[in-house]
Amino acid sequence: MLTGIIVYGLVNSSILLLVALGFCLTFGVSRIANFAHGAIYILFGYLMWIFLNWLKIPFLFAILLTLVLSGIFGYVAYYVAVRRVRGIVLSEVVSTFALGVGILEFFRWMGFVTYEFSLPPIKKGSLYILGFPIDYQRLIIILAAIGLVAFLYFFTHYTKLGLSFRAIAQNERTAIALGIDADRVAALSVAFGSAFASVASILVLPLGIISINSGYEALLIAIAVGIVGGLESIPGMILASLVLGFVQIVVGVYVSSAWVMVVYLLAIIVILVVMPSGLLGKFKELEERV
Amino acid sequence: MRENFLVVENVSKSFGGVKAISNVSFSLSGNSLLGIIGPNGAGKTTLINIITGFIKPDSGRVIFKGDDITGLPGYKIAEKGIARTFQIVRPFLHLPAYKNLIIPLYSKRVKSFRGGRFGDRDTVAIDLLEEVGFERDSSVPYKSASSLPHGYLKRLELARCLALQPELLILDELFSGMSMSEVAATVPIIEKLKAEGLTLIMIEHRLRELFRIADKVIVLNFGEKIAEGKPSEVIENELVKVAYLGAESA
Amino acid sequence: MIRKERIDRGIKVRSDDIYAISSYREILYLLLPRVIPVLCLLLLPTLLGSYYERVIIISCLMGLLALSWDLLASIGLFSLGQAFFFGVGGYASGFFSYQLGLPVPYSIVLGTVSGALVCTLLLAPVLRLKGVYFSIVTLAFPLFFVRIIESTKILGGTEGITGISPIGNSWIELYIPIFVFLFSLFGLRRLINSDYGIVLQAIRDNDRAVISSGINVYAYKLECTFIVSLLSCFSGAFMTHIYQAVGLSAFALDYSLLPLTSAVLGGVGTFAGPAIGTFILVPLSEFLRVFGTLRVVFYSVILFLCIVLLPEGIFPFLKRKYHQIERFVEV
Repeated sequence: MLTGIIVYGLVNSSILLLVALGFCLTFGVSRIANFAHGAIYILFGYLMWIFLNWLKIPFLFAILLTLVLSGIFGYVAYYVAVRRVRGIVLSEVVSTFALGVGILEFFRWMGFVTYEFSLPPIKKGSLYILGFPIDYQRLIIILAAIGLVAFLYFFTHYTKLGLSFRAIAQNERTAIALGIDADRVAALSVAFGSAFASVASILVLPLGIISINSGYEALLIAIAVGIVGGLESIPGMILASLVLGFVQIVVGVYVSSAWVMVVYLLAIIVILVVMPSGLLGKFKELEERV
Repeated sequence: MRENFLVVENVSKSFGGVKAISNVSFSLSGNSLLGIIGPNGAGKTTLINIITGFIKPDSGRVIFKGDDITGLPGYKIAEKGIARTFQIVRPFLHLPAYKNLIIPLYSKRVKSFRGGRFGDRDTVAIDLLEEVGFERDSSVPYKSASSLPHGYLKRLELARCLALQPELLILDELFSGMSMSEVAATVPIIEKLKAEGLTLIMIEHRLRELFRIADKVIVLNFGEKIAEGKPSEVIENELVKVAYLGAESA
Repeated sequence: MIRKERIDRGIKVRSDDIYAISSYREILYLLLPRVIPVLCLLLLPTLLGSYYERVIIISCLMGLLALSWDLLASIGLFSLGQAFFFGVGGYASGFFSYQLGLPVPYSIVLGTVSGALVCTLLLAPVLRLKGVYFSIVTLAFPLFFVRIIESTKILGGTEGITGISPIGNSWIELYIPIFVFLFSLFGLRRLINSDYGIVLQAIRDNDRAVISSGINVYAYKLECTFIVSLLSCFSGAFMTHIYQAVGLSAFALDYSLLPLTSAVLGGVGTFAGPAIGTFILVPLSEFLRVFGTLRVVFYSVILFLCIVLLPEGIFPFLKRKYHQIERFVEV
């Protein structure tokens, strides 16, 4: 039982981290709360499915295409949906939210809701860890989560683009004065965010079917992890995913799986009320939250 | 009462390990003008935020007219008669200038002065604006606050505080961003307020004007009080010169 | 260079001040934009027939949601979950009517008041939050309730409560929503321009300056939330009795998106704007009924286009056209 909780807790935490990473990256860099994140996650799940099943594109090539397209989508989405309302918090939220709802409900209307809509795992089969069965896909998810975090760390600390991301995040005005194009960086942050979302959808969606509601759920996951961890702090996000992931598994095992969803919602509300800056957030955010 | 109008006792506050204010104490007698000076980041505004209840101190006490007001919510402190301006003026942009003053005039404190009855708030507001130098017969008081130049906004902020009929008025860098002539026009207003019995605290970078009107000055540096005294004493203090003007000019 | 210039019409300037009204023309100028929509709303249902009666009832109830959204927005709290209030009100009156067997008027009134109390109590801890953070929480609240009702199987679980008694009298069913809607519309427009309303707007602009003006911002937010909850819960409670059922769909995204879209379409912060917005969107969505769930897509497309391209909204535009002359001048 305990091994099960640990293994599935780790898997679940990695899923949460993967789903949330893109949202938090975008918010951390450019303060854009991308409420279309969940929709992008599902959109590229469906696109991947279309590539594989309708267009019969080979698996690896389909992955590559999905990643590239999601990046371009995010970049364009910034200029279409956010650029004109930049700085007006309500309008940013509403326009991305409307974009997201539009995408998701469009797929619902198209009838993309049956059991045939599921993605194949990257590697089929399973193996035993300490006498406990775990399939390769879930192992890959754990590894990918670790890999992406490492990538993000090196990216933001050792590449020019990554450094300009951090510069904008820390002080937009100074960064502009130093010749960083804030618009381009913001657009790139949305692009990276949506590419991360598509990575998550390629890895996580094969565990079940692609459903519209999991798009809304993904947005909630992203928000919950971001808020509990204190947005913009990578260690905070890891901690938040671990806490939420394990609590969910424990709740699922000992209470009822129906209550698993409630964990995010409670976590968001409790953290915002009790510790507005999140578990590892910085003080500077306090004033804008409370 | 006149002696210890406001007493700040050993107040400390740190943000994430950085000491913004450490062990600052001072007292202020009624109807005087205290200047607080210090380089940027010395903790001046934090100190004001502690006094006015926007930040709770980690330790220490703030006593106003004999009452402990430490950690009271901001509006309660304002109700007791401490008004403050903000360093970065953000008026109520959607409202005309004179409507900005409705907010303090609508507070419990002002209502209680008026015995719960209130005539025309707008007239009171226009009178107050005239007091801080808005031209009464022009259209300026009726203009939307978002269209006013910065100097007017600063004075609007001052009028907002006066509308509360405060006993202690805290001005956070009132002069910054004002032109020379605006400063020259505002100094007499402050002197008049003091002559009418108000107690004032001013955070200021324009030392020449401040030293002319202040009764006492305290100097903060890295969250600590490094000097206190009459303007003429403080200006001669070696520590202040080092902290404020840089080592080479000392 | 040619520049566009906007000048107030003479009649507007003359009739701005109540003392200056000197002719019927000026009185009409002020009254017409208010009286004509009211008369239309009162007379249209009897002229149009029973199908449109239903549309007008729903428009009024949705209009209440939009108005309350706008009130919440004017204090700086942008809700993405108006369905939360709607659902709580609906379930509360369903509970009183079906499970306690109270007669309809009591269940609506009790449902509204108790629902509003529940909403205010639940929102009380999060009212301190600003900007995106409040929106996030309100987005989560309706989902939260759906999950709790699903998991605990209270209040009928996923089935909802059915067999709730109908209102009975079709005149009451029609005119109560219309009167409540009109009363709220004009009442809120009056409230927001009163000194109380000015304090509310100031809290949105800069709450720290309001605090330091000696005003308890939190108390104002609570009061405002209670008014908002009353209006929205009434909408939900009445709707429950019209449909004679209440289910998890009361928390559906439609009821969050429609008020938001109406407000953005009509003009945020004007109250008349959201009202106009709902009376465009609800009939429109009745025509779009054949498209099924595509309706929600339409809402989001409209919402998206409005927020990005027409941030001003319909009402401020109409108002400007009515009050001002536009002309081109040589500069």
